Amino acid sequence: MNFNFDPESSRFQFVKHRYKYFLVSAVLIGLGLVIIAVLGLNLGVDFESGSTLEILIQGQPFTTEDVQAVFAELGLEPGDIRLIGNNNEIAEVRFIGTLDQEEINRVREAFAERFGEIDINESTVSPLVARELANQAVYGILLASLAVIIYVAIRFEYRFGIAAIIALFHDALFIVAVFALLRLEVDLTFIAAVLTIVGYSINDTIVIFDRLRENMKFAKLKRVEDLEQLVNRSIVENLPRTLNTSITVVFAALALYLLGGEGIRNFSFALLIGLLAGTYSSIFIAAQLWFEWKKRELKKKMFQPQNA
Amino acid sequence: MRWSMIVIFLAIIIGGFTFMAFSVDSVISNITLGLDLQGGFEILYKVVPVNEEQQVTQSLLHDTYTALYRRVDAMGVSEPDLRVEGEDRIRVRLAGVHDPEEARRFLSTEARLSFRNTEDEFLFGGEHLKEGSARAVFDEYNRPIVMLEFKDPDLIRQITSEYLHDIIVIWLDFDEETDSFREEMLKEDPKFLSAPEVKSVLSTEASITGFQSYEEAEELASLLNAGALPVQLEELTARSVSPTLGERALDLTVRAGMIGGALIALYMLLYYRLPGLVAALALFFYVYFILVVFNWMNAVLTLPGIAALVLGIGMAVDANIITNERIKEEIRSGKTMMSSFRAGSKRSLRTIMDANITTIIAAGVLFYFGDFAIQGFALMLIVSIVLSLVTAVLGSRLLLGLLVASRAFDNKPRWFGVKESEISEL
Repeated sequence: MNFNFDPESSRFQFVKHRYKYFLVSAVLIGLGLVIIAVLGLNLGVDFESGSTLEILIQGQPFTTEDVQAVFAELGLEPGDIRLIGNNNEIAEVRFIGTLDQEEINRVREAFAERFGEIDINESTVSPLVARELANQAVYGILLASLAVIIYVAIRFEYRFGIAAIIALFHDALFIVAVFALLRLEVDLTFIAAVLTIVGYSINDTIVIFDRLRENMKFAKLKRVEDLEQLVNRSIVENLPRTLNTSITVVFAALALYLLGGEGIRNFSFALLIGLLAGTYSSIFIAAQLWFEWKKRELKKKMFQPQNA
Repeated sequence: MRWSMIVIFLAIIIGGFTFMAFSVDSVISNITLGLDLQGGFEILYKVVPVNEEQQVTQSLLHDTYTALYRRVDAMGVSEPDLRVEGEDRIRVRLAGVHDPEEARRFLSTEARLSFRNTEDEFLFGGEHLKEGSARAVFDEYNRPIVMLEFKDPDLIRQITSEYLHDIIVIWLDFDEETDSFREEMLKEDPKFLSAPEVKSVLSTEASITGFQSYEEAEELASLLNAGALPVQLEELTARSVSPTLGERALDLTVRAGMIGGALIALYMLLYYRLPGLVAALALFFYVYFILVVFNWMNAVLTLPGIAALVLGIGMAVDANIITNERIKEEIRSGKTMMSSFRAGSKRSLRTIMDANITTIIAAGVLFYFGDFAIQGFALMLIVSIVLSLVTAVLGSRLLLGLLVASRAFDNKPRWFGVKESEISEL
């Protein structure tokens, strides 16, 4: 396998089809916003007041009904029971409202009596704290975006910065929408995953822009076609790097997703989607947005009288 | 061919790997694992003023922090982690504590000791205790008691002579609004600690009786020694992780990380050949340095932290990929191996720097404005970027430079993943 592409060949015409990508992304993001608005997010216990128990049962095999039955005997009504773990050896039980210590002790005793060897993790949370953290993450991303735009404006030009930030929000929104659609639980590690993708997305986009900047030095941009070729060429030249970096990072995220245990499963899933979105957006969105913008400037110049 | 270069290359690799192999155990064993990986108890408190006049100021927060720290110390928790968050919060992390209820009680009790008469009038309080003097002992009937010593003998003498042959009630966290001796004395398990009759005039010492067990007496003694909390604590969040589940999460994540890392190394080797091998070797150094820096910063390794580390491997490889692609481009343009390497390294450096500086800026802003959880993540991101620059830019470059300088691979573009047919004539 080898990703060596000839930049001059006509096989890869990324810029030509840009409106299709814009349309696809616009539709996806639009759908995503609708999904988020209609379904809302499946907020984990981190965002909703309540208790979560993780019960590791090693004594004997069991089903959700068995777990349900034990709680029914105790007179407790769980909001949700899921079996997790590679062999479904953990029952994750969520309660709306907080369990007190006495109730947790009763749960512990009842399960030990029924299933033998068990182990329990418990967490309770006030939603206020998680909401604050989520707000801070959003606030932090906005500020970080501003700082990135300023840096890129100084080192490159402001158009690069803004296009990179649009791609970044594209990726972040995409992850949120997928989580809303699949009803996956959104908790604090999800915020960490989105932040990782923010870093990755910026990095990925800037590398392509760097190549664009370099190629621009030698390019004589007279017509829109020159610009189109320049952007296309830069993307194609960078393709091996973009693909290989994505593949290696996907290896890492996939290994964590498949083998890393349930504590980081949602986290690694968010990373996986984010990586794919990030790779897509740097090739198909960021560079193309910049092209659209630059094209306008070029046209303006072309129609200006030379001796003005 | 210059063998000396190959020898230096091998010496660095063998020396480096031997060093890592011998020291990695001590590095790993020094790393503090987070609660999610070793089990324990974490609680976030909101500091609430005890009355209307009190305001939560920095100094009050500091006093509360100090009092909590002394209590945690008294519990005998190794490496407790307490921090003030925001304006009015304190987070307490107790690794290895597996009885959440006991920890809760011990931490949030205000430990305001007060001595009152039977009409609940305040006589004197815990501020008159001599610091660190409370101790649990057995009395002559072999009952557990707590012995107290007072700072001001005159005051105690005066009060005890006034209440001679009367009862003085000893309360912990007396609530002016709801508590009363008359109601509690009728209960089987009254809220006050004890209500001894004053049999003689006291000056320096007193004892509290009525404990179910020696442990209970010991707990009160250490609470009194640790000092009262100046405020009330309201529990915002709490989390307890069992050691079994924590260990399981650690094992699974480390194994997943190793497999992910191995796949990356293998892919690099197959795709980029010789530079891929160098990149894979540099990866080992990267992971080792990350662990060393983690130790050195006294950072706590958590589950998302490991995930960030594994992801950082991918990011570290990126710098290698950018450089190697550049070198390939230069080889294809027909340059010699040495000048391809030089030009490729030089031209890729700016790209790598710009991309990583942008990410560091973003992480830096998140670190500066984010709160504690986000900060930890941002810090991890910054550390891994800086280290990936060091290992990928300096490390890989040095190693690959030695191999290229050996001239062993001159005119062997296939070792760099370039076919002869792709090379254009100059």
